[in-house]
Amino acid sequence: MADLATTFAGIRSPNPFWLASAPPTDKEYNVVRAFRAGWGGAVWKTLGEDPPIVNTASRYGAVSFNGARIAGFSNIELITDRPLAVNLSEITAVKRAWPDRALVVSLMVPCAEESWKRILEAVEDTGADGVELNFGCPHGMSERGMGSAVGQVPDYVEMVVRWCKQATRMPVIVKLTPNITDILAPARAARRGGADAVSLINTVQSITGVDLDLMAPMPVVDGQGTHGGYCGPAVKPIALCMVAGIARDSESASLPISGIGGIATWRDAAEFIALGAGTVQVCTAAMHRGFRIVTDMIDGLANWMDQAGYRRIEDFRARAVRHFVHWEDLNLNYRTVAHIDPDLCIRCGLCHIACEDTAHQAIAARRVNGRRQYEVIEAECVGCNLCAHACPVEDCISMVPVSTGRPRLTWKQHPNNPERREAAE
Amino acid sequence: MDGDRLSAHRIPRTVIATNFADCAPALSHDEAQVAAARCYFCHDAPCIEACPTGIDIPLFIRGIATGNLQGAARTILDANIFGGSCARVCPTEILCQRACVRTAQEEKPVAIGALQRHATDWLFAQKVQPFARAPATGRRIAVVGAGPAGLACAHALARLGHAITVFEAREKPGGLNEYGIAAYKLVDDFAQSEIAFILRLGGISVEYGRILGQDLALSALRQDFDAVFLGLGLAGANRLGLPGEDLPGVANAIDFIAALRQAPDKSALPLGRQVVVVGGGNTAIDAATQARKLGAEEVSIVYRRGPEAMSATLEEQERAQVTGVTIRHWAIPVALEAVAGRLAQVVFEHTRPDSAGRPVGNGERFALPAQMLLKAIGQHFLPAPLGAEGPRLEGGRIAVTGDGETSLPGVFAGGDCIAGLDLTVQAVENGKIAARAIHRYLGF
Repeated sequence: MADLATTFAGIRSPNPFWLASAPPTDKEYNVVRAFRAGWGGAVWKTLGEDPPIVNTASRYGAVSFNGARIAGFSNIELITDRPLAVNLSEITAVKRAWPDRALVVSLMVPCAEESWKRILEAVEDTGADGVELNFGCPHGMSERGMGSAVGQVPDYVEMVVRWCKQATRMPVIVKLTPNITDILAPARAARRGGADAVSLINTVQSITGVDLDLMAPMPVVDGQGTHGGYCGPAVKPIALCMVAGIARDSESASLPISGIGGIATWRDAAEFIALGAGTVQVCTAAMHRGFRIVTDMIDGLANWMDQAGYRRIEDFRARAVRHFVHWEDLNLNYRTVAHIDPDLCIRCGLCHIACEDTAHQAIAARRVNGRRQYEVIEAECVGCNLCAHACPVEDCISMVPVSTGRPRLTWKQHPNNPERREAAE
Repeated sequence: MDGDRLSAHRIPRTVIATNFADCAPALSHDEAQVAAARCYFCHDAPCIEACPTGIDIPLFIRGIATGNLQGAARTILDANIFGGSCARVCPTEILCQRACVRTAQEEKPVAIGALQRHATDWLFAQKVQPFARAPATGRRIAVVGAGPAGLACAHALARLGHAITVFEAREKPGGLNEYGIAAYKLVDDFAQSEIAFILRLGGISVEYGRILGQDLALSALRQDFDAVFLGLGLAGANRLGLPGEDLPGVANAIDFIAALRQAPDKSALPLGRQVVVVGGGNTAIDAATQARKLGAEEVSIVYRRGPEAMSATLEEQERAQVTGVTIRHWAIPVALEAVAGRLAQVVFEHTRPDSAGRPVGNGERFALPAQMLLKAIGQHFLPAPLGAEGPRLEGGRIAVTGDGETSLPGVFAGGDCIAGLDLTVQAVENGKIAARAIHRYLGF
């Protein structure tokens, strides 16, 4: 059986599944329930300075897609709305009762060294395993000069991380905002400041929809709305790209990464780990279905690792990173052609109409003895995959590699590239 | 002894009310969303081709999925003004839902019929009138028969601005929708409320109790109107040709079904303890199933061929069987036996297929005790009302071109009185096509 135990920036947990700093980790009651359910760790909902902030009603918006609830999720909640002392005593109690689980405390205070120093001392007394600096929250706190207002300025990130590293012996994880042009800038800044790890992504600035009766953005608070932070399955591709970008960056590659963003299953987790993450953090999936989802995450990941021959997380961690290249490094002489399996085809015509209306007119719609037949015109097919994605039948359309007889050729070498570095073979 | 007689009130009214409740209740909002999400929005969708009226099914389902119920309902009703009743009575399992690609993929089609009902129910509940009439043309068209074919034709012509007079022999419109469909398929007087919706368009007046061949002559209609549409249906019920066919207790299944639909109190209908239905179509199923639901203790359908030859769909056969009806195959009635002047049992002979596949008796007999025999062995067209100068017939029904035009200029026909599928949806298509042809015939 695969061993899922992880050591992340010096923090040990029995499995890589942590709960992200969010409502599920707001208090002792929830975190204890999560640990009972099997979660390997939790990042306590962000602490700030007293007096506590105040939250609104409502707080969440969600996007349903084609009948699937919470395909995307957004919140306009702020950090904890409970007094600091209450949180600290509960953190102390939970860590004492669950010494084998990772317990990290998320923090957000004004951008002043004294503030950070003060709260770090208080957290250290709880026995928590580490801190996560919340430089990501894109709403409410950012307008007060905290959260993503810090995370969007690499110099601030570096400065605050340096303060924190000087003030505490605890590992410092920096949580990054995706609301930035280039994720590498704050990641590299965190590295320069001495961060032990980064976690990403925090939520994406969003309006989940518009209530057309009220003419107000959602979620609606008394007839008005504000932008929120978007997360859930819809943001996973954005998160994967940012995690992988850091994992392959020579300046920040050595930073451990805690992957966050739309992780709901063991497969999602495996993908983040394959792109370099050492642990993963989950929120929306738990808020949708409860803590019990971790059972299948643990079991499914272990079973997949057994089948794939990986004994430990480290055996496959970052394995896909070396295949994550820049576009100019892709082989332009590689060709595939769509192949439709006529026995699996249910004759919905979606491959044809997608190609006909919006791509390359490479799938003919024919009638043979009155029966619909869809046929790939190989000479026209550019191997774009659109038909295979539109097809509702698993494995009905496959993209078959075809030999061009030509050697590997990248854009860097291509004759059409005015800036090419070497001639094509 | 009660067992020898027909008797009403065999089971309590409350049980009958339950038995005759809507056999396929409406989808809730959430159910409709889940069902609609299963539609792939196919290109050149096979379901459209399988619908005799060619409803753009993927488009209306997309309307349901996006919350555009008005658009969905209009898409349906534009192709099939009887979309509400067709959603309930169509054998979708052999039409759109059999063609659905989900059937090929997983033997579980999109619930097209139920979704069609969802959209049309919404529109009827809103009291929305989705269609407007074109400016009046001053042309007048006579429609004979207020069944689905006649009213579909009348509605399409009225939309085009013509003035329509419908002549109906019975006291209510609807044809088989009102008189010939099992009660649990069209509950809450749906046939009548649907027709009220159709007539609200305007431009259609209906005269009831007007019988062709009696107080109405085709020749006069041809003189008085610019064109005539005949939606006469099939007025004749086939006979067994056995002695005793007029005994008390022997009846046509279609008359039994009509009486049930019209009865204000179904429990008051006289019924035998043991009922035998002869035939293999949906009429046989509807009669037998309803006899069971009314409280008959033993109900058998006897059919001269095997199950695959029954024109009733497998789903309909199963509905009957689940209700407790026994279906016996490969047997024909050979004698009706009476006791005290009333039907007491029906004698059958087993059949087997001859070299051409036709069923022939094999000499072995059995008897089924029955106080009621319902004949559902088909109907035929009665041409007499058309008079001496009626249109040409073919195969016993009115001969028409693909546009529904008969051999008489200006006379069109559709529905069961012409050849084709004996289905409401086919009748509607006939009426729709004929309306377009009439419009062209009138020079538009």
